Amino acid sequence: MGIFSLSGTLIAAALLTAIQPAAAQLSVDVTDESGNDLIIAIPAMPTPQSAPTAAGTTDALGRQVAEVVASDLRGSGLFRPIGPAQVRGITFPEVTAPQFDYWPGTGAQALVQGFVRANGDGNLTVGCYLYDVALRSELTRQGFVVQPSDWRRAAHKCADAIYARLSGESPFFDSRIAYIAETGPKGNRTKRLAIMDSDGANHRFITNGQAIALTPRFSPDYKQIVYLSYLNNRPRVFVYDIGTGKQRLVYEAQGATLAPRFSPDGRTILFSMATGGNTDIYSIPVTGGSPRRLTTAPGIDIGGSFSPDGSQIVFESDRSGGQQLYIMNADGSNQRRISFGGGRYATPEWSPRGDLIAFTKMAGNFRVGVMTPGGGDERLLTNSWQDEAPTWSPNGRVIQFFRTSQGRGGTSSVWQVDLTGVNERKIPTPVDGSDPAWGPILP
Amino acid sequence: MARLGSKIILAASLIALGACAKKAPEQLPPPPATEQPDTGDQSGVGTAPVPGSQADFLAKVSSDKIFFGLDQYDIDAEDQATLSSQAQWLQQFPNVRATIEGHADERGTREYNLALGERRANAAKNYLVSLGIPASRISVISYGKERPEALGSDEASWARNRRAVTVTVQ
Repeated sequence: MGIFSLSGTLIAAALLTAIQPAAAQLSVDVTDESGNDLIIAIPAMPTPQSAPTAAGTTDALGRQVAEVVASDLRGSGLFRPIGPAQVRGITFPEVTAPQFDYWPGTGAQALVQGFVRANGDGNLTVGCYLYDVALRSELTRQGFVVQPSDWRRAAHKCADAIYARLSGESPFFDSRIAYIAETGPKGNRTKRLAIMDSDGANHRFITNGQAIALTPRFSPDYKQIVYLSYLNNRPRVFVYDIGTGKQRLVYEAQGATLAPRFSPDGRTILFSMATGGNTDIYSIPVTGGSPRRLTTAPGIDIGGSFSPDGSQIVFESDRSGGQQLYIMNADGSNQRRISFGGGRYATPEWSPRGDLIAFTKMAGNFRVGVMTPGGGDERLLTNSWQDEAPTWSPNGRVIQFFRTSQGRGGTSSVWQVDLTGVNERKIPTPVDGSDPAWGPILP
Repeated sequence: MARLGSKIILAASLIALGACAKKAPEQLPPPPATEQPDTGDQSGVGTAPVPGSQADFLAKVSSDKIFFGLDQYDIDAEDQATLSSQAQWLQQFPNVRATIEGHADERGTREYNLALGERRANAAKNYLVSLGIPASRISVISYGKERPEALGSDEASWARNRRAVTVTVQ
């Protein structure tokens, strides 16, 4: 049963029935670089009866939901959506009874139909159906009950269901990004903590820019953000609580604390601490207490990213002379170098799937790449003057990073690339952006 | 250059050393007074800065900044001369505290550069301490690559941004 039940926002829709297992003729391959994208028609979603809601009328929302589904699927690089502006509208009864004689003529191989209905209690029900046009069969259906203000989440969940059904991968659209919003001249940039949906929508500034904010990370439950703030002109790691708007210092240190990360279970924070010019990595319970020192090498040990099971940490260190990547057990034992290519390696991030580590490679240009945890199969995915600081999509198939342009007017922006390196695009942000940090799939 | 442990510094040698610009960028640095708020005497043009003020510091020391090579944080002879002039001034005004700001150029990753700036600021601090300035009078802060002084994306600009700046705390 493809019905999601969410805390308060999305509730199981009772009207939808079980998925029919269908012959999987249609599929997309996330490793395919050929550009043979699957053509998928997504007409505007009709409503049984147009009704006003807090987010607009249900028929206006039906078109918007279809547009967001099309935009998500296009952004994945695997689909060529024919969106609501390019195909004819459908009637409400057609949603569950597609006109299979019509759709092949549009070129569509797959068809997404759905509806938006206002419920009596002020919520919306959004239905989402995926059909195989050639086989004239239903592949999946899901329904979501949302508050009108959350209509985009229903669209992302619909796109996720289609992506997952056709690619065999885990979903990732219904997720959020924390990042640093940048404004002002290069020599004195204002850097504010901000959050947005994975497609750049629902943007919100968190800090006001009076103190420099850098390097945010969401807690796995999205309730907190750990980041570096120059509050009171002291660079230190704080945990910001999104619900209360309050923040607290993670550890009262004499020197700077920086480069914070949550553990996958959200119970531990990794951070780096500079003492007399020497920087080492520490871990501390989120609830507070004494930090545990994990590295002792002279020089700069910094960053760090847990393996998905929390047992290991990949980090960067210049103990060998230049920046390179190392792995250690979560208690600091068994430290070993994994990067050996030419140039410097930095900002390692372990994929949520566990199979790859993303990094910044500095050898001439700064490029984002991936390698296995054993250090093998290095592949560079981007090539620009300065790309850095990768962050993984929840399904480990897409990477966001930030790109800086050269010169006095140089700016930073958030970009996204898939693991083929072929599908690269800029994520829209209201102002310049850096340090994107992707959170997990929303429940 | 010999280490200057004494309070007495030969001004002539400082000037000579200050003139030999090893890593110093080809462009001239901007007027230092634009970098920090001038907390000195504001009473009028032509008056000498109030002794012990930031303006006085800038007027008396050979430079408020030292520069570093790519990925380096060593204090070489030129840096020693600059820091020695700062130490001399700080010893003259024992009630004035100082903050050393460490910076990096833009051609590094953000977090590493924060640590690198910290390392550079500490190198400068340690040298001042070796000249007899109490460690308790000197704090450090790293801005990594977040506060470049030269805005170009070229070697000369990067050389100017790899710096440690001493700012008096008034």
